[in-house]
Order: sequence, then structure tokens, then C-alpha cells
Amino acid sequence: MSFLNSLISGISLGSIYAIIALGYTMVYGIAKMLNFAHGDVIMVGAYICFFAVSRFSLPPLVGVLLAVVVCTCLGMTIEKLAYAPLRSAPSLAVLITAIGVSYFLQNAALLLWTPNPKVFPNFFARKVAAADGTVADQTGMAFFDGALRVSYVTLVTIGVCLAIMAVLTIFINNSKLGKAMRAVSEDKDAARLMGINVNTTISATFAIGSGLAAIAGVLLCSAYPTLVPTTGSMPGIKAFTAAVFGGIGSIPGALLGGLMLGVIEILAKAYISTQLSDAVVFGVLIIVLLVKPTGLLGKVVREKV
Amino acid sequence: MSEQKRKRPATKMVPVQTRAIVPDRDADKSPILECHHLGIDFGGLTAVNDFNLMIGRTEIAGLIGPNGAGKTTVFNLLTKVYQPTRGTILLDGEDTSKMTTEQINRAGIARTFQNIRLFNNLSVEDNVKLGLHNHIEYGMWGGVLRLPKYWKEEKHAHESAMELLKIFEMQDLANAKAGSLPYGAQRRLEIVRALATNPSLLLLDEPAAGMNPSETAELMDNIVRIRDLFQIAVMLIEHDMNLVMGICEGICVLNFGQVIAKGTPDEIKSNPVVVEAYLGKKDKKKKKEV
Amino acid sequence: MKNRKLSKASRRAFMTYAAVIAAFVILQSLAAAGAMSSMLKGLLVPICAYVVMAVSLNLTVGVLGELSLGHAGFMSVGAFMGVTTAVALQNAVASKELRLVCALIVGAIFAGIVGFLVGIPVLRLNGDYLAIVTLAFGEIIKSIFNNLYLGIDSHGLHISLLDNKLRMDEGVKPIIGGPMGIGGIQKIANFATGFVLIMICLIVIFNLVNSRAGRAIMAIRDNRIAAESVGIPITKYKMMAFVTSAAMAGAAGALFALNFSTIVANKFDFNTSILVLVFVVLGGLGNMMGSIVAAAALTVLPEALRQFADYRMLVYAIVLIAVMLIRNNPTIRAFTGRLRPGKKGGAKE
Repeated sequence: MSFLNSLISGISLGSIYAIIALGYTMVYGIAKMLNFAHGDVIMVGAYICFFAVSRFSLPPLVGVLLAVVVCTCLGMTIEKLAYAPLRSAPSLAVLITAIGVSYFLQNAALLLWTPNPKVFPNFFARKVAAADGTVADQTGMAFFDGALRVSYVTLVTIGVCLAIMAVLTIFINNSKLGKAMRAVSEDKDAARLMGINVNTTISATFAIGSGLAAIAGVLLCSAYPTLVPTTGSMPGIKAFTAAVFGGIGSIPGALLGGLMLGVIEILAKAYISTQLSDAVVFGVLIIVLLVKPTGLLGKVVREKV
Repeated sequence: MSEQKRKRPATKMVPVQTRAIVPDRDADKSPILECHHLGIDFGGLTAVNDFNLMIGRTEIAGLIGPNGAGKTTVFNLLTKVYQPTRGTILLDGEDTSKMTTEQINRAGIARTFQNIRLFNNLSVEDNVKLGLHNHIEYGMWGGVLRLPKYWKEEKHAHESAMELLKIFEMQDLANAKAGSLPYGAQRRLEIVRALATNPSLLLLDEPAAGMNPSETAELMDNIVRIRDLFQIAVMLIEHDMNLVMGICEGICVLNFGQVIAKGTPDEIKSNPVVVEAYLGKKDKKKKKEV
Repeated sequence: MKNRKLSKASRRAFMTYAAVIAAFVILQSLAAAGAMSSMLKGLLVPICAYVVMAVSLNLTVGVLGELSLGHAGFMSVGAFMGVTTAVALQNAVASKELRLVCALIVGAIFAGIVGFLVGIPVLRLNGDYLAIVTLAFGEIIKSIFNNLYLGIDSHGLHISLLDNKLRMDEGVKPIIGGPMGIGGIQKIANFATGFVLIMICLIVIFNLVNSRAGRAIMAIRDNRIAAESVGIPITKYKMMAFVTSAAMAGAAGALFALNFSTIVANKFDFNTSILVLVFVVLGGLGNMMGSIVAAAALTVLPEALRQFADYRMLVYAIVLIAVMLIRNNPTIRAFTGRLRPGKKGGAKE
């Protein structure tokens, strides 16, 4: 039973990684760059939602919407100011610029919101009246006499992840913009020759990725309520690893990679050691990449000699 | 019956001579290269099938055929960029099936590439010295500690590199960055680099691509000169028929991954199957209308 | 012709040596004469460590052409093994300098070994996948050192992963204490040793690059398939560059650690790897002098910006973005290209 608890926990964490990984993989597929600042956009989204709900007492849904709007604008602005001018530059240069943007976001957050940890509110708690008249928070459901606990946060997280994946897949395969994105990721110049506005397409990709990041931020802090300016950093690295693990540039790969990473991390924490869980997670990644060098669902690109 | 004919590919299979077209002067020496039933499949696609060839020790051989016939694939098989799915390659009598690309070069096959592959950020001289890499005899520590062997071998290497560049009159370009050379010079540099590895068989992939007639004539002279100077065999892929007919002693024609003809230039020129492969089938109907 | 060619590469090497020697002489005199702020004095050893980190990473990223995101891992190995050696030798060896040198050598050796072990899987991959695996190894190394317990007593060496009960003699404390790292370190690192380490690393790198092995490494960077076709063993030379780079990072780590009274594994994390990568890219790939200047300048800059107090890291980030944008702006690149007519002579671009 504890295995099941851990498994569900892992799938939940994995769902968050998958949503974050989507942002990395889409941007990499289209702009061929690693957006290091992605993890910090998550953090910004979480903070926006936090302040909306705690300081301004807005309803949670409005808070989330606000976070999505702000992050979408933030992502598009970053792309316009810092990445678009470097589109013809070597990829290492763009990488370093992305690192600069990441530092900028973290330090701006430090200044604006102080390093004091904020406690993210739990949106998914119901007030339940107990037998003795007191009101308590019910945060989840229990099965098998309390042996299996599934929190509402977990359910919502997994549900949101699956919904996002479904919507995104339909969008990419059936909409005009989705088709444009696929074209640009295959061959930017050919797409341009076909009349596709490459700049708009890339902006849209960043917009979608950043919007998803906001949602991921809210879900992450709902599950792990401590919020500091560096909250997005480690999940960002892990999600990026998940994206590569699943095959960079592949949307189902991001889902698979994220879920697997989350499950492996939680299971490692439960059955091997909490402190060494990171080592185990990265160790598994290395082994997989050695066997399948382009990731689980990645395409093998044959070099023409 | 006619429906069956329409389904077959455009070229017909003719029985090819199994005897190698080896020049008389090499008749008593063993061939430098033998390919027996060489073939490779990429997934469902058979790129090369039943490739048989023998090249004499100092022969200049030509490998021709329409685009997409599999000529570069044959080169890639010989140099182990791809592992053959079936068949054997014997280099100077030795089976090369377990060798890697690096080992093949050490065993004596050098090549140039269809799309030029130079070390663009290094100088012309350094490119040639990289061809000489396995013949320069000092190791990592010799270089780091600047032992006497370093100075001696580097001087040697410099002299050898300059000698090789002189063949193509490129010695004045020694310090230029390889990536900054004009196209023709880059092609010649690739040949010099390949020669520097001291091969017994030199594979040239479209060496005359992008050259005008006078440059091509110069290249023809140089290839023959190289063969005479170094006493090596050369196999070249080319589309320029003047070059091929001019210097090749034996020609092998590929289409759709199969050998469709082998012979001397005169035999190939008049072979109707080869003509058909390049120019297409003569339309009998049209002839009637005229 | 030969003399002219040899001296072009050698000239750049000797100019770099001269600049480093001059900088050392000037800084050491200022420090000795008391004309240096204590802030800068405290930064001298870290600058040396970061310079060595940067030039060693430049060997992997600039010369070999492979992106490594786990360089701090090698620094970590060198730091922990080096400091352990220094602590272990405290009673046996009286001379501080000798203990320091031993620490540096041991740190380099262990980091080199780890570099070799990491290289076996890593160097078979290419491009982004290689980068991710180096990142993964960096995190694994950090995780291991966070949970490593090591102590030395009369019975010898005690090592344990996760278990903090080392069962040692009475009153003997462990050297490495898991997440607590190493405490009570004697700060025996000094600027002169740092300078010598820089010089040794520079000489090794320049001599390596301007030799047969260096040509092979750069050939692999420029065109791996062509390098194979001229008989160059790819894995051997990739490994050579990688292990040399790792060993130097190890020595740098040992030097860095012996400048602090406490070190913990979290100090050598992904952020440190990225920090050094920024030095290398800003200074120019393959440009050792550039790495030295960038490492020194960017180590001093945050401290010098202290007057901006809270805003300094923000300014650092903005400066970084601005420099990258300016450097890679096509208009500016065309402008600087015209200033150097000799370099771009051909019809290629």
C-alpha cells in the first residue's frame, strides 16, 4: 500500500515536471535553444498567484489566470528582448544569455519579494464539520481505512497535466498555428518561404510555454507550499533533464520523461534514501541515455556523410 | 507479359564480367581491393546490393552512375562509415569486417568527401599535418614537456607537409585558414590531406565538382601524376565523363544500388544499358510518329 | 616559413604568460606594501582558482568543442580529497606549503580519475546529450559528497555513505561529515601557489594545443567524421582533453577549499558550473587569455559592486545579457569584421 502511495505521489510530481518539460521541449524544437530562464518563470507565476490570493484576496481561479497572463507576457517579452536578436548567433551565446535572464529573474524576485519563504495557500481544501462541531480542513480522500491517501492537489495536478497534454496535442496537429510550429521546427527557412511568419510562430511558442509554466508553478507550490525566489531552479533543471530523457523536441516525450522522472524520484526517496534520491534519478538518466542516446522517444537523426 | 515488363525497373540486369579489369602491368600482382557480394540495407531500403569489384594495385578506377545510384554509399561501406549488411571487403588480402573507420585508414584506404570536410578553423598546413598524424612519432607527454622528439618530429612533419602541398602548388597557402580558401583550393587540400595518410587506395568522391574545364584538365594530370609518384590505386566517383573516360582504366557503373556494367572506357561508352541508365529508354512510339 | 608559423601560436602563449606574470608581480607588490584593500586581498586566491577552472573548462568547451555542464563536480572532488589530504598530513608534515602542494596534487589525481570514469559514458554521446549527462554527473557527485563520511584514526581510513557512525577511536572526529562538509580547515592556500598553479596549467594547455595531440583534438571539434577518415582515434583524444581538464579543475578545487575554514558539497553545484561557463564564453572559446581576464573581472565585479548593495546581482545579470547581445549583434559583428581585413580573406562566407 505504501508503494501505491509513493507511486501516486510520483505520478503527481511527474505531472508537474511534464508540464514544465513541455515548455523546454517546445522551445527547443522550434528555436533550437535551451531556455534556462524557464524555471524562473515558474517561480514568478507562483508568486503572482500567491500575492493575488493572499494580499488582494482574489479568488484562486482569478489568481491562476492572472499568473498565466503575466507569465505569458513575461515569456514573450524575454523572447523579444533577449533571444530574438541572437537568432543567428551560435547556440552557446544564446545559452549564456538565457542564463543571464535566469539570474535577472531570480535577483529581481529577491529584491521585490525578499528571501523570506512564503507559504502558498492550499486551494484544494474543503471545510468539513467534524462530529464535535469543530471545522477542519479536508485535503484529500482516504481509501482502505486510511492506508491509501490521495490528496485533492494530487488529483487536480494529474488531471490538469492530462488535460494540457490532450489539448496541446490536438492543437499542434489540427490548428493552423500548430502546423506552423511543426513546420518551423523542421526547417525554419523553408517555412519562411512558405509564407509562415517565423517570428510570430516563435513568440507564440514562448507564450504557450510560459503560460504553462505559470500553471506548473501554482501546482508545484500547491504540493510543496514553500515559496522562495530559487523555488523554480531545481525543478527547472529536473524538468529539462526529463525533456531530454523523453527525447527533446517530442511532446509525448516530455510527458513520458516527466512522469518517469517524478516516479523514480519519489520511489528512490521512499525505498533507497531521501538524501541520495537525486543521485539515483540522474543515474537512471545516464543509463537510459547510454542505451538510447536520443532519449526514449527521440528521433535518431542520421548524419549524412 | 507486357504488364510484367512495365513493373520492372528501368534498367535491365546484364551478366557482368567477373574477371577484374586489371591493367596488364598489375596482372601478376594481387589486387589491392576485392569486394564480394557487398550490400547494405537501411531499414526496408536496399541501398547497395551484390556489389563485386576488384581493383588492381596501381589502377585508376571509376565508379559512375546516375544520382542516387549508391556510389557514395559504396565509399562509405569501404571506409566503414556504414557497416555492410552482407558481403566481404578484402584490402590487400585482409578481411576488413572487424575494422572501424580509423583502422581502415591505418590499413591503407584514404578518401575525400562529396561535401568538402576540412578542418575549417585550422590552417592549410595543419590540415595536411593531421593527415600525417599517424606518422608523427611522439605522444601527449612529448608534446606537453617539449621533449627533443617533439622538435625533431614537428620539423619532419612540416617538411613532409610542404612537399605534399607542392604537388598541387599550394605551398604558399600553408598559413591560410582552411575555411577561407576558394572552393577549388579546398577540394585540392582535401586530396593532399588524404594523400598524407600514406594510403594504398585513394577514394575520391566527385573531385572535379564545381571545376571549369581547365581546372579539370589540371586535376586529371595531377591524379595520374599522384598514381605514378606514389604507386597507389585510385577509385573516383565522377559525373564529368571527360575526366572519367580520360584517365580511368576500369569503370564500374551503378544504378539503383546494383552493378549494371563493368569494363574499359571504350566498352562502357558503347554499352546500351549504361546509355539507357543515364539518358532513359528510347521511346519507340515517338520514333514512329516522326 | 616554419619559424614564422611556430611563433604565431607561441607568440600568443608567451604574451599570455607575460601578462599573468606581470599581474602577479604587480598584485603581490601591492598586497605586500599594504596598498591593497582587504576585499581584494581576500579575493586573490579565489581568483586564481576560478582562472584555472575557466582555462580548464575552455580546454573542453573551446578546444575540444564539447559543452560540459558539470565542471564544478571535478572541483568538488579535488576540494574534498585535497583538504582531506591536508588535514591528514597535519601532524606528519610541518611545512604549510608542502601540505598545500600535496593537497593540490592529490586533488588533481582524484579529479582526473573521476574525469576518466565519467568520460567513459559521456564521450560516446554528442552535443546536447553530452551536456545533459555532464550535468547529471555533477549533481551525482554533489549528492555523494553530501552524504559521505570519512575519518582517519589509528586503525586507518574509515569511509561510509549515509551512515554517520564511523566507529572510530575515542575523541577522533571525522574529517568529512556528510552535509556538514569539512570544518576547521587551516587556511594554507596562498596567492603565490595559486600563481604557480595557473602558470603550470597554462603551459600544459598551450603545449598540448600546439602539438600533435592538440591538432587532433581540434580536428575532432571541427569535423569528427573527417578526423575519423584520417585515422585519428576519436575517443582517445576526447578522453585526453576531458581528463586533463578535470585534473586541473581538481587542483583548482583544492586551492579554493584551502582558503576557507569550512566547505560543503553544495558550494560546488550547478550554479558554479554555469558561472565558470560564463567566464569561458565571455572570454572567447579557445581564447585562454580571454578566460583569464573574464574569470578575474567577473569574480571581482560582484564584490566591487557591493556599494550597490542589493542591486549588484541584478546589475551583474543585466551586464551579462547586454554583453552577449552586443557581441553577437550582426551589425556590430560586421563592423568589427571590417576592422580586421587580414583575417577574413576568402570567398567562403
